Amino acid sequence: MLDRLLSGDMPRSKALGLLVLIVVLGLALTPFVFPGTRSLDVAARISVFIVLVASYDLLLGYTGIVSFAHTMFFGIGAYGVALAIARMGPSWEAIGIGAVVALVISALLALIIGLFSLRVRAIFFAMVTLAVASAFQILASQLSWLTGGEDGLTYRIPSVLTPGFRLFEEPVLGVNITGRTLLFYGIFLTAMALFLLMLRIVNSPFGRVLQAIRENDFRAEALGYRTVVYRTVASVLAALFATLAGIMIALWLRYTGPATTLSFSIMVDILLMVVIGGMGSMYGAIVGAAIFILAQNYLQALMKQASVATQGIPLLPELLHSDRWLLWLGVLFVLSVYFFPTGIVGRLRK
Amino acid sequence: MTTADPTLAAKKPIWGDDPWPMVVLAAIAFLPLLLINPKTWLVLTVAGLAMGMMIFIMASGLTLVFGLMGVINFGHGAFISLGAFLGATVLLRMTGWTGVDSIPLNLVAVLPAIVFAVLVTGALGWAFERVIIRPVYDNHLKQILVTIGGIIVAEQMIHVVWGPDQIALPRPLGFKGAVGFGEIVFEKYRLLACVLGLAVFAGLHFMLNRTKLGLLIRAGVENGQMVEALGYRIRLLFVLVFVAGSALAGLGGVMWGLYQEIITAGMGMEVMVLVFIVIIIGGLGSVGGCFVGAILVGLVANYTGFLVPKLALASNIGLMVVILMWRPQGLFPVIRQ
Repeated sequence: MLDRLLSGDMPRSKALGLLVLIVVLGLALTPFVFPGTRSLDVAARISVFIVLVASYDLLLGYTGIVSFAHTMFFGIGAYGVALAIARMGPSWEAIGIGAVVALVISALLALIIGLFSLRVRAIFFAMVTLAVASAFQILASQLSWLTGGEDGLTYRIPSVLTPGFRLFEEPVLGVNITGRTLLFYGIFLTAMALFLLMLRIVNSPFGRVLQAIRENDFRAEALGYRTVVYRTVASVLAALFATLAGIMIALWLRYTGPATTLSFSIMVDILLMVVIGGMGSMYGAIVGAAIFILAQNYLQALMKQASVATQGIPLLPELLHSDRWLLWLGVLFVLSVYFFPTGIVGRLRK
Repeated sequence: MTTADPTLAAKKPIWGDDPWPMVVLAAIAFLPLLLINPKTWLVLTVAGLAMGMMIFIMASGLTLVFGLMGVINFGHGAFISLGAFLGATVLLRMTGWTGVDSIPLNLVAVLPAIVFAVLVTGALGWAFERVIIRPVYDNHLKQILVTIGGIIVAEQMIHVVWGPDQIALPRPLGFKGAVGFGEIVFEKYRLLACVLGLAVFAGLHFMLNRTKLGLLIRAGVENGQMVEALGYRIRLLFVLVFVAGSALAGLGGVMWGLYQEIITAGMGMEVMVLVFIVIIIGGLGSVGGCFVGAILVGLVANYTGFLVPKLALASNIGLMVVILMWRPQGLFPVIRQ
């Protein structure tokens, strides 16, 4: 049963299995075990980023393609829902229409970029996507009549999903089940379903071909697989999953702006999560997203203490300043590309 | 000597046997004359050339590095930012020299800033090659990841050293304002950027086509293994080119910083988008292509910025798309064996 659910791709390591179980259970029980808006927010972000990072791993880890346009698709999803709600009011139809339109746009765009630049060299794709994504980001912040520019869009969502809504009169296990809790579970369950779907994809014959292309595209082509087609399909699929993640974050934040969805720093975050978690394994997404977002939210406090403690020593306080956490993750990133290219998951599976 | 003699290749014009890229360049430069009045056109063209030259300075090293070893350095932008910050450190200490409305005195301030930036970014380029790039030859995926990691760390280090805020970098007074030729007025700094860019291009062109070193580099781009077999250490050549490329990025960073008059740690990555478009358009590995590509990008950005401001940003992507549809390997495809 479990084997079928995980598409035969079990964690294959006790430590990894335990880690994944802790993260998933931790997320599932957050509203009850760690009450409070902050922890719920962290848990929701982790759920969304699991989908986003796993979909990026589909490209980077499984197919061996580097794309910098992943945040663009994330942004298309978020803006699709945000614009639809801003225009049509907070209804389910608006969310549905926004989501469908966003998915269609993402698929088309990914198809065009893929057919256009995946033919030549993998390195081309990286540069072309970087250029396209930055143009898209600037476009989104320039078309302020449509997108709200740098300020972004703030909107309401259906009232069933807002903190004001109570599902039951009485608290359950001492916790009020609000609309926010419902929304969290909606996001969490969707994220898990999408994750299992991606696990299914990479363990299908199609996924095997992708891995073959990653290992040796010339050989895969020689065996009769049209690598361009497979690569393009992989990039379209990844774009669709990223769009779905964008839709979820738009609903959760009730705000969509360039900084939360399109900025290059989010792209960097995704890269860090994939590489630190483990390229070429879907479980890497769960581990990477959980560790990174926890670090993002709680490491800074730790560094602040360290920075205060080292006051007086030259340079160290600046290096340990709480805004410099990315420095250390960057160093970790470079080191893990050299020494642990398969990330935490690869280490644990050994 | 017959025309088939390969040693003659150096004596040909930079576009070789292929006139089409130049036709495209001429068309893009002169067709807007139908829509814009000639005086405005001249001003826009100078602005476009200035922008193109600065991008060329930053991009030339990157394209050569790729041509020689097939290494793509996504961390190149770090040297642009670093150059700007290093230059600013010197310039902001010399306000006595920069605050005077005299070009010679300003140059006394700007030259040390440039030299300092170029030397330090060159040295850092050497370290970057050693630490970051050397372990990941022949693996594009890792190169991209590791160099992106490098730029993350470099940007953060800039924050550590220079603080988290953007720094205002006012142009020396002598370079501010404009000079007029009759009714046509050019910004002084743009003219300076054009001159400097042309000088760098001329220097590179001379070095590549008239010196032994350049001969080896060109040979290395075409067939690295053969150069090695002939007893030259291509690794050394590569390190040299990498250091020079980083130093040029530093120079470009100072110029871009003075052009924008504001510098941030992320500026390098922002410019890198244009740099990538330029080297893709030009053909990866080709310095001449990089030069033409940079001018094209600068011109198109300025013309569309004037005609349809909303489209200015999309115009470069559009240009890239059109050129790649025509020539998937760029304007000047580099033939490698």
